[in-house]
Amino acid sequence: MIRYASRRLLAAIPLLFVVPLLVFALIELAPGDPAVVLAGDEPTPERVEAIREELNLNAPVLVRYAMWVGDVLRGDLGTSFLSDQTVIELLTRRMATTMSLVLVAMIFAVVLGATLALVATLRSGGIVDRFVNGLASIAIAIPGFWFGLVLASVFAVGLQMFPAFGYQPLADGFWPWLSHLVLPGIALGLLPAAEVTLQLRSALGQVMKSDYVLNAEAKGLSRSSVVFKHSLKNACIPVVTVLGFRVAEVLAGSVTIEMIYNMPGLGRTAIEAVQGRDIPVLLGFVLFSTTVVVLVNLIVDISYGYFNPKVRS
Amino acid sequence: MSANQTPSAPAPGNDSGLAEVPAAAIGTGEPEPVAAPGILKSIVRRPATIAAGVFLLVLTFIAIFAPALAPYDPDVQNLLLRLRPPNAEHWLGTDDYGRDVLSRLIFGARVSLWAALQAAAVALVLGLPLGMIAGYRGGWVDAILTRIMDALMSAPSLVLAITIVAVLGAGITNAMLAIGLVMAPRFFRVARAGTMDVRHETYIEASIALGCSTLRIAVRHVLPNVLPPIILVISVSLGTAVAAEASLSFLGLGVQAPAASWGSMLSTASSNMRLAPYLVWPPGVMIFLAVLAFTYVGDGVRRALVRTRSGN
Repeated sequence: MIRYASRRLLAAIPLLFVVPLLVFALIELAPGDPAVVLAGDEPTPERVEAIREELNLNAPVLVRYAMWVGDVLRGDLGTSFLSDQTVIELLTRRMATTMSLVLVAMIFAVVLGATLALVATLRSGGIVDRFVNGLASIAIAIPGFWFGLVLASVFAVGLQMFPAFGYQPLADGFWPWLSHLVLPGIALGLLPAAEVTLQLRSALGQVMKSDYVLNAEAKGLSRSSVVFKHSLKNACIPVVTVLGFRVAEVLAGSVTIEMIYNMPGLGRTAIEAVQGRDIPVLLGFVLFSTTVVVLVNLIVDISYGYFNPKVRS
Repeated sequence: MSANQTPSAPAPGNDSGLAEVPAAAIGTGEPEPVAAPGILKSIVRRPATIAAGVFLLVLTFIAIFAPALAPYDPDVQNLLLRLRPPNAEHWLGTDDYGRDVLSRLIFGARVSLWAALQAAAVALVLGLPLGMIAGYRGGWVDAILTRIMDALMSAPSLVLAITIVAVLGAGITNAMLAIGLVMAPRFFRVARAGTMDVRHETYIEASIALGCSTLRIAVRHVLPNVLPPIILVISVSLGTAVAAEASLSFLGLGVQAPAASWGSMLSTASSNMRLAPYLVWPPGVMIFLAVLAFTYVGDGVRRALVRTRSGN
């Protein structure tokens, strides 16, 4: 098991550095002098020179890339163009907001999705089942950021049930923290909630057809006992996989949600970095989000190997 | 695997796909017909797919004839009529520059659909040939290409697109290039799998023995096997691209002012939420319906493929 896990880990590490390589290649391929382009409108010669220096633009692209990888491996992601902070400082400071948001969204997704799927299974084939299935299929097509806008417009601006914008750290108390996260969390959690519903409903449907469930039913156990005690555990495996793969999309979705709700998270940092052409911050952001996604996928992979010894070889 | 129609007419009402549409659940209990219906016929028999297809056709029509259909010039400002709620002259109201929302919505269809087409085309042009090469050649070519595509897929797509736009500069073409690049691995995977399926079939080996060029084999013998699932990926990707364009334009990285896209209209709605809450609805509903329609069409194609395959 440990050998399997470590082999998967080693295979995952190169993935982290392919996407930044793409960014370096694009900077190289983009028309014009990259230093001038990156300096933005009406650049001062000092700024152009500073960028040339910071990105080592005088060196060939592969050398530059290798130097960046070397720095990263030593734990140095460079310094932001816009402020004098190091990229690591900036990202860690903003990380708590995004992690809180993603956490609330995922909890919302699992709780709502599992509840709907279980209700649908208990009434399988009935009108509730069809309604839940239809609702989830439609919810998948709703753009998360638009849903966020609608929620903000109706519940924060209109009904004033929640604070409209901003973020309170957990240190300021649990309720202020949570009340700022409810609407953005629901907006971000809608898509994974719909997916959990569909996946868990279909997985439960499969499991309910299996022989041991038939056996449990033949023993005269109640439907809810069959669903909760015998089916749920096995039906969870594909759901965990789907959730794992969705982390990437949830993380990406947090960018627009943070912009709508004016939350000082990683996504906002990234957009500010784009507007200010702050390449070191952007590279750090890309590396960070890819790492999170690769790590989560790795955990999913390894848990797969744990559940099913056949995939280990 | 082609879309030709089989001569045998299937008995009505035994379409297994229909069973999942509540109103149309009219199973007769007869066994499935031996001959599978053609892909097109199968698609046409699903009401949801038809509705989605018709909606997309209407949307395309609106996009093409936007100048004739829009009641006002979408970019003309009238500051005296700022942020007017829906009324008889402006059915969906006006935005913060006094521009007609309905007209912008109609022209926005143009931008959004055209952008989605561009992105899907970029993904197709990158992913399909590379996937076929990887599947056909195998070995280290396959290993390297697959690794790169896996890496592209492992990055959150919007994050990657944002980064690419940051480097290339904001604008709808760069944004769609970025989204196309991010979507390319889907085409790559399907094309690679489809190619590997037939790579060692007798008719391919025979063509090689006959001395056909690799290009000819790829186009004449491999491509027809790869295309049907690719059509499915195109449909799904168009939906993804509409949503992605909206996100990027919302963030100000896609379409640039004053041009309207559904995403940039939502950005306007976001900054005027307190004064003009009605602005949030029209562009959002259009994005939602377009994505839903592409999903349903894709779903129809998928069901048709599964049925044709299992029938053969």
